[in-house]
Amino acid sequence: MKRLRYALYAGCTAKQSTPELWKSTMAVADKLGIELVDLKEATCCGASHLRDFDAFLSMVLNARNICYAEMKNLDMVTICNTCQNNIAFVKAKLDEDAQLRLEVNEHLAEIGLKYRGTSSVRHFMYALIEDYGLDNLAKKVVKPLKNINIAPFYGCHNIRPFHIQSGFNMGENSFHPTGLDNLILALQGKPVEYAYKNRCCGFHVDLQAPKTADKLTGLALADATDNGADMVVTPCPLCQLNMDVKQKSASKAVAREIKLPVLHLTQLIGLAIGINPKDLGLEHNLVQYGLKEIIS
Amino acid sequence: MEKKRITFKVFRFNPAVDDLPHYESYVMEVKKDALVLDILNRIKWEFDGSFTYRRSCRHGICGSCSIRVNGKVVLSCKENVFELTDIFGDLLVLEPQNKQKVIKDMVIDRVDFWNKYTEVKPFLVAKYDEHPEVEARVSPDEASLMLDSDICIQCANCYSVCPSVRVNEKYYGPAAFVKAYRFIVDTRDHNKKERIDIINEPEKGVWDCVKCYKCAEVCPKGVNPIEKITLLHNQVFKEGRAKNNVATRHAIGFKKSIQKNGFLDEGFLVRYSEGIFGTMKHLREAFDMFRRGKIKMPWNMPSKPKKMNEIKQLIKVASKIECRRKW
Ligand code: SF4
Ligand code: SF4
Ligand code: FES
Repeated sequence: MKRLRYALYAGCTAKQSTPELWKSTMAVADKLGIELVDLKEATCCGASHLRDFDAFLSMVLNARNICYAEMKNLDMVTICNTCQNNIAFVKAKLDEDAQLRLEVNEHLAEIGLKYRGTSSVRHFMYALIEDYGLDNLAKKVVKPLKNINIAPFYGCHNIRPFHIQSGFNMGENSFHPTGLDNLILALQGKPVEYAYKNRCCGFHVDLQAPKTADKLTGLALADATDNGADMVVTPCPLCQLNMDVKQKSASKAVAREIKLPVLHLTQLIGLAIGINPKDLGLEHNLVQYGLKEIIS
Repeated sequence: MEKKRITFKVFRFNPAVDDLPHYESYVMEVKKDALVLDILNRIKWEFDGSFTYRRSCRHGICGSCSIRVNGKVVLSCKENVFELTDIFGDLLVLEPQNKQKVIKDMVIDRVDFWNKYTEVKPFLVAKYDEHPEVEARVSPDEASLMLDSDICIQCANCYSVCPSVRVNEKYYGPAAFVKAYRFIVDTRDHNKKERIDIINEPEKGVWDCVKCYKCAEVCPKGVNPIEKITLLHNQVFKEGRAKNNVATRHAIGFKKSIQKNGFLDEGFLVRYSEGIFGTMKHLREAFDMFRRGKIKMPWNMPSKPKKMNEIKQLIKVASKIECRRKW
């Protein structure tokens, strides 16, 4: 197989509150022989908040982020759903609207850059499925996740809005997504079927409406628990933060006692392909309940 | 024409005789061109005359016929059954749009939806002479500001899937915001500032949108409510109506942090948005995170991106507080 190389847009969370995401992404890529070139010039994507405040600035900054992948002749991969949402949104808009592209490029010209539209922007999860292939991944499994009930939590921004993300996630049906379930199957785990798997954790109102966020996270965790989950896995560090770091307050918000480890997708893959837990940063996860037994 | 056998498991509830809702199954040969509304009709006509549902126009105009199929909200007079079996297989579960609000079978109480819709004043507020010399003209360019916000049929699909509505009954929800947007950009309206203040209220207004994009997926008219919600956020800033609160500082904080560091300083964002007292609320959590190596200190912060000067320059030339017509 041709060696896969991508420009990595790591985002701010992987380098701050979820160091385990950074560690596990690097370890998994390394073990699978995938080269990730960290985009050292990239800025924060601004999430939806910068778009709310200054939509044009958000567009120009993300166009610049894409430019650096283009200049390296690499496709971009993201490891956070919200980064994916923002950057893919900008790419889709620039590719479809020549007028907007012109205007953005006029601004980029001030710093000697030009958006061309030559690099795709995908979440690492879908790059793995599409380019590396689940069959190949299955062959690398040395520690099958047999008998572990794993609740896939997709996170909104990787699958919605369909009219943007479907161009970057192999047309995933947001009402009935299967990518993460298939990944779990490839690692020989048991995907848990539950209604909340494609719903929202509420992260984006954590500060201004914490009750809303806690309740939404709590409902999702409760639904996963009620359907027999031993753990949750998600490709989004923001969902992971809400479900892991805020698990106590989320449980309280739905009057339940929930204890469910929440892993990043790359941590789960790492365990199955035989990377040791330390290199996957498992000690950074807050909810350790039952984790040792599950992975031993 | 192609046909197949499909099982419909249907939510039934008649408060006059049932203590609890239950499901009944109906098996039918269904033609390739059948719509969900055809199935509702057949259940009533061929199986049980007491089966109750709302419909009127059969043309995607009245907005009354929405139900859920396997959890997906659909306008039943527009949704093809075979397309649903392609996604969900040959067992389709029919349920009311919102089970918590059921009156009978597929009929729900939509009073909360209509109340909130009314609160955003879904009508023109203007002081014109009754018999003016010249009419209030709207140029095609001005009319295009509305985008597609005036084709909403109030089917409440977006409202019924909105997670923020689900956990906070005060939140106006996507359809009301679409309507608010429609009148805010209407050049004939004289009530712009007051309208913006209505959608700018904490708990009720746009700041409580969790950005899940669900409303964009379920609109049978392709209205994309969250696009209007983003534009409303932009309007709040452009018209100088932003209050100094956690939500607005949260939005502005992103720009400040990027300007200074290139990346988002998570600790700064919390402190800037919440203020000192607000930040104290997070101490316990922060302590847990610190113990697990999840909090960076000034001495081990990630390094700034390369070419910070480029980033600063770009922010200088590209900053615009504006409200564009299209994103
Ligand atoms: S994007 Fe906002 S308004 Fe739309 S469904 Fe989600 S929370 Fe509701
Ligand atoms: S915006 Fe679309 S989904 Fe929402 S009420 Fe209007 S027509 Fe229905
Ligand atoms: S019957 Fe009127 S919209 Fe479906």
